[in-house]
Amino acid sequence: MADITIEERKKIKRHDMPNQDQFVRRGNFDEVALGYSEETARQEAERCLQCKDPKCTKGCPVGVLIPQFIKALREGDMISAVHWMKVKNNLPAVCGRVCPQEIQCEGSCILGKKGQPVAIGRLERFVGDYELRHRTCPPVKATETGKRVAVVGSGPAGLTCAVDLGRDGHDVTIFESLHGPGGVLMYGIPEFRLPKGIVQSEISYAVECLGISIRTDHVIGRTFTLDELLAEYDAVFLGTGAGLPSFMKMHGINLNGVMSANEFLTRVNLMKAYRFPEYDTPVKIGKKVAVIGAGNVAMDAVRCCLRLQSLQEQKTGGDAGEVHIVYRRSCDEIPARMEEYHHAVEEGVIFDFLTGPIEIMGNGNGAVHALRCVKMRLGDPDQSGRRQPVAIEDSEFDLEVDTVIMALGTRPNPLVFVDAPGLERTKKGTAVADAATGRTQKPRVWAGGDIVTGAATVISAMGAGKRAAADMNKFLKGEAPW
Amino acid sequence: MYRIAKKAALSDVTTLMEIDAPHVAAKAKAGQFVIVRIDEFGERIPLTIADYDSGKGTVTLIFQEVGKSTRQLGKMKTGDQISSFAGPLGHPTEIAKYGTVVCVGGGVGIAPVYPIAKALREAGNTVLSIIGARNRSLLFWEERMKAVSDELIICTDDGSYGRQAVVTEPLRELLDDRNRKVDRVWAIGPAVMMKFVTLTTKPYNIPTTVSLNTIMIDGTGMCGGCRVLLNDGAQFVCVDGPEFNGHKVDWDSLLSRLTYYREEERLAAERFGHICRLEGAAQNNG
Repeated sequence: MADITIEERKKIKRHDMPNQDQFVRRGNFDEVALGYSEETARQEAERCLQCKDPKCTKGCPVGVLIPQFIKALREGDMISAVHWMKVKNNLPAVCGRVCPQEIQCEGSCILGKKGQPVAIGRLERFVGDYELRHRTCPPVKATETGKRVAVVGSGPAGLTCAVDLGRDGHDVTIFESLHGPGGVLMYGIPEFRLPKGIVQSEISYAVECLGISIRTDHVIGRTFTLDELLAEYDAVFLGTGAGLPSFMKMHGINLNGVMSANEFLTRVNLMKAYRFPEYDTPVKIGKKVAVIGAGNVAMDAVRCCLRLQSLQEQKTGGDAGEVHIVYRRSCDEIPARMEEYHHAVEEGVIFDFLTGPIEIMGNGNGAVHALRCVKMRLGDPDQSGRRQPVAIEDSEFDLEVDTVIMALGTRPNPLVFVDAPGLERTKKGTAVADAATGRTQKPRVWAGGDIVTGAATVISAMGAGKRAAADMNKFLKGEAPW
Repeated sequence: MYRIAKKAALSDVTTLMEIDAPHVAAKAKAGQFVIVRIDEFGERIPLTIADYDSGKGTVTLIFQEVGKSTRQLGKMKTGDQISSFAGPLGHPTEIAKYGTVVCVGGGVGIAPVYPIAKALREAGNTVLSIIGARNRSLLFWEERMKAVSDELIICTDDGSYGRQAVVTEPLRELLDDRNRKVDRVWAIGPAVMMKFVTLTTKPYNIPTTVSLNTIMIDGTGMCGGCRVLLNDGAQFVCVDGPEFNGHKVDWDSLLSRLTYYREEERLAAERFGHICRLEGAAQNNG
């Protein structure tokens, strides 16, 4: 298809992502989206119009050179495709899977105005996966500068920052509080959406090539303070995310069977509790589960619940379970990506919209018996423009459940602020940092990702890591004094 | 990886280990804990720091071999490596000169109470210590506790050593003693023991600090699984504790939460016992 016209390109239909069967997949933790074949990827790449002024690149928080990599891909030049990708994105196999493309690159694609945008995310994943298998374009370290940088946290923000600074020739050490690197990519996002093997090979690839050292089990604020790092390193980047779960202030939150989505997902993803007792960490959910909230974390939690119930069912042959999302607004307001919502619906999640939880009822033995809820209706829009849910009088009812998972958002972990004088924090607990450079109020300390914005997306954290790395590089080379 | 520098049996089920972790030893203080993970299949287990030596770069842990993970850890030998060791976590004990303090250690709780008693003594307090266990074979560190206490009372539930009593009995006597004025109490041990210590001190209105060991995963505030209900709201043991004002703790909720994974713990321990027997048989045959 070397010389086809724009009109012909416009006629090619967007290629569906092959998925695991919806009935099969709720019984396993394997990846749902199976990925394009090379043939499909190249056909999809033919749809790109190669705009002179590519809106897609502008829509990407890290500015991936999208038309360039797609052109190379459709010409079958995978090495160039990887090269163009890696100019801006160090983690394409991850981003291709978890970015909200519909509001970023694909949301900006010109084809989307009248029809379906180019499936940029799926192509990115294809290129990323190819590179993990073939390692054609290893990141190269520039001449060593002799400058030492500490990166705190090895999630999307920290990793991106570390890799960029490594490429710039600096000596980078990552400090990670958990036993393995990856942050939310490892503990938060489930295997069926982002296989942990992919995360690990993406990390080890970059880290090995650039000589970055990762010190796991190091809790900054406890094992070392920020000031101790500053005494050893020329610059410090804080990418510790927003890992502190919020619980609703309601009666019954300490009953057995109530947990934060963070606890549940950490057990399942990081500790592999779905393979208990092969792995030591257990996870327990009952036959009827309510997940409170409707963001991406809630979708991840609810879909893990379905799978755990199915695994249990396969083992014991008992009845199928039931999993509810309880959300006080309507379907139109859910913060989760549409794709995640659709997957959840396909897999059999029950959505209780306009339902506000008010109390968790116990069974008298310290365990959950029901979630008391009230029916809601949408009232007038608030300042943010969203219609505010209002409780309907006398509409209380009990949803009988034995497990309640709270997916109500997270706040930055305060530990990194311990003994860190001068590191300013907002009332919400986020670090104060310049949006363009990531500089905090404390000299030689940069911050980016959820620690600054509160819980957001993987790619926005990567963008922040990238911007900070650029400014840190200038600072370390004496081009931009503090 | 972190090397086991020393291992010693303190009783049939109580094991002491010194772990090579200089960066943790340099920071460790009385009252803090670490998270240990044995291998890639392992769970993250919180263990309170029993002692530390920044010169040697070691942290001392003492644990009772009760569940799968602690039994597995107990089978490891000097020179073996454990895969993760994170800390020191939690707030250190608030050491100050309070006057006369009572330090109560029950069972394996004797281990974490030791560095606290030692630090309190060094801060100029009169330290009265009570250590207790179900029976003589579960007691350890009598000499160590004696060395950091002005008085040491020992009791066992079955009377096989020291006084036949639960720790709250000598505690109440100390509180009733008109010749003494107890200013503060520390209690570390099984949750139910700590509950009864706080019930004992409550009528005397003596500030009582307990160190909680709840279900926990990350130990850094991320999971919230360790949350404990205080009479003024929920807090996280890992980042807000592990020490709390024992009079504020909702003990019934805490005790109930500790049982949540009991069935899974039993299953894992059974399976581990089975694997150990198989390995033992294979070795005998080989």
